[in-house]
Amino acid sequence: MRPFGFERPETLERAAGIVAAREDRAAPPPLSSAQFIAGGTNMADYMKLGVMRPNLLVDIGRLADPGLRRIAASPDGIRLGALVRMSEAEENADIRIGYPVIAESLQQAASQQIRNMASLGGNILQRTRCEYFRDISWACNKRDPGSGCAAMDGFNRQHAVLGVSDRCIATYHGDFAQALIALDASVETQSPRGGRTMAFSELHRLPGETPHVETQLMADELITLIDIPAKPWARRSHYLKIRDRQSYAFAVASVAVVLDLEDGAVRDVRIALGGLATVPWRAQEAEDELKGGPLDERTAGRAAEAAFAGAMPREHNAFKISLGRQALVRALLETRDMRV
Amino acid sequence: MKRLVSMTVNGEEIELAIPPYRTLLDVLRNEGRLTGTKKGCDVGDCGACTVIMDGSPVNSCLVLGIEAEGATIETIEGQHAGPDLPHLIQEKFMDHGGAQCGFCTPGIIMMTKALLKENPNPTESEVRFAIAGNICRCTGYAKIVDAVLAAAEDLRKGRTL
Ligand SMILES: Cc1cc2nc3c(=O)[nH]c(=O)nc-3n(C[C@H](O)[C@H](O)[C@H](O)COP(=O)(O)OP(=O)(O)OC[C@H]3O[C@@H](n4cnc5c(N)ncnc54)[C@H](O)[C@@H]3O)c2cc1C
Ligand code: SF4
Ligand code: FES
Ligand code: FES
Repeated sequence: MRPFGFERPETLERAAGIVAAREDRAAPPPLSSAQFIAGGTNMADYMKLGVMRPNLLVDIGRLADPGLRRIAASPDGIRLGALVRMSEAEENADIRIGYPVIAESLQQAASQQIRNMASLGGNILQRTRCEYFRDISWACNKRDPGSGCAAMDGFNRQHAVLGVSDRCIATYHGDFAQALIALDASVETQSPRGGRTMAFSELHRLPGETPHVETQLMADELITLIDIPAKPWARRSHYLKIRDRQSYAFAVASVAVVLDLEDGAVRDVRIALGGLATVPWRAQEAEDELKGGPLDERTAGRAAEAAFAGAMPREHNAFKISLGRQALVRALLETRDMRV
Repeated sequence: MKRLVSMTVNGEEIELAIPPYRTLLDVLRNEGRLTGTKKGCDVGDCGACTVIMDGSPVNSCLVLGIEAEGATIETIEGQHAGPDLPHLIQEKFMDHGGAQCGFCTPGIIMMTKALLKENPNPTESEVRFAIAGNICRCTGYAKIVDAVLAAAEDLRKGRTL
């Protein structure tokens, strides 16, 4: 790891202020010379690999604001502080009962050791595992803007088929984010310019021409809270994760479903796909296909067709389209059959 | 620039001068001279570096030493009661052939200790879920799972962790 300075502020204002006072404060967060670190399981890894090269690390793990560490359930929904550990959320009874898709997405993510250390805010913002991004000897537009993309014509079995651009096809690898999309969550942020709230589905940005710009956040902006609105029908929600081995692996394809059923018909449904797209992906075409009708193998199959109508595979990842379709059908039927 | 960091390691309070870029794993092994905790992959994949930090098992290769400021750390060196007095879990790993080359063993023992503290009566699938982040290239896991279940059985008979 390259040497760097280290600050451990006690307040949110100070943490954001340290970054705001720097010359390159307007840089997209991944390129900023000052970086926040929460649990550090992503940042320490990428600093060791030389992918992240901050001059200054701002440790937010010990910020005093108790709201950052709280899980608050109320009739309006549930609010998760950005510093809540993945393992705390996964074990929380309100989450397990009311929002099973969250607990399932977390339980199947990483390992117990990592979930004990990792924060929810850091999980949402974790960076891709694209092998060419991780190995600094390769060209990568996301790591070094304008240098090219080694994955495009390289070994791209794990890469995305949805939301790709001709600059970057890296998969978004987190699991929890798909649950948040399916639950219509929003995030609250703080910066020296004040607080703002945005739909979680708007947080991540498609790679387009600028794959190094990954979210709507500014370098001096911190995620403080994740807000999940109450939805009685969220009890019927589920996360299906397909991986190369049964445990401790990133998704090859995953599906989060939140389903509102009335007399066997779909009153409402939210579907998000993971492991298949460059950002946490809402499969709205599939939702539209299902709304108002029955949910069975045939209608689920039609929804799965719709979800991948715009898929753009490269040389080694076309299998993800059929795998993704089958995963979507299975996840829908399993969610339908849940006893709630 | 080095920073002074204090932490409690295996019951003993220590203060070390460490550069901020040093991981807890390297701090324990180099500055702390505790080489029982192993470095397998150094990127969070293998679990060989598992230590218990403030009661929770973590990968010490993904924690910066400075992040452990004020923390209580347990490593494999703190587990046995004395020379030739293995910890209950170590004893069961020997009895059941749960260790072959032994490289993964310190991490798995720390993981097991954390599991049994929370849940002294785990099912086989709970054991497998708990140690999913610990890779073993020798045993095929069956004997490790046997050893963990045997340790749990002895716990229920009144032995302590
Ligand atoms: C071997 C391995 C396997 C894994 N498997 C999975 C898996 O299967 N599924 C999965 O979902 N994840 C997986 N992960 C990723 C893991 O979940 C993330 O590393 C972790 O969630 C990151 O959280 P953290 O608090 O440690 O983040 P950090 O490393 O501290 O931060 C990550 C990023 O977020 C930024 N950041 C953190 N908090 C905030 C905030 N509040 N506001 C603004 N910016 C912030 C940091 O600046 C940094 O850029 C795996 C990781 C490893 C190493
Ligand atoms: S796919 Fe994206 S992250 Fe991977 S090498 Fe190409 S530009 Fe970099
Ligand atoms: S050395 Fe830490 S997980 Fe492999
Ligand atoms: S005993 Fe050799 S890796 Fe587990």
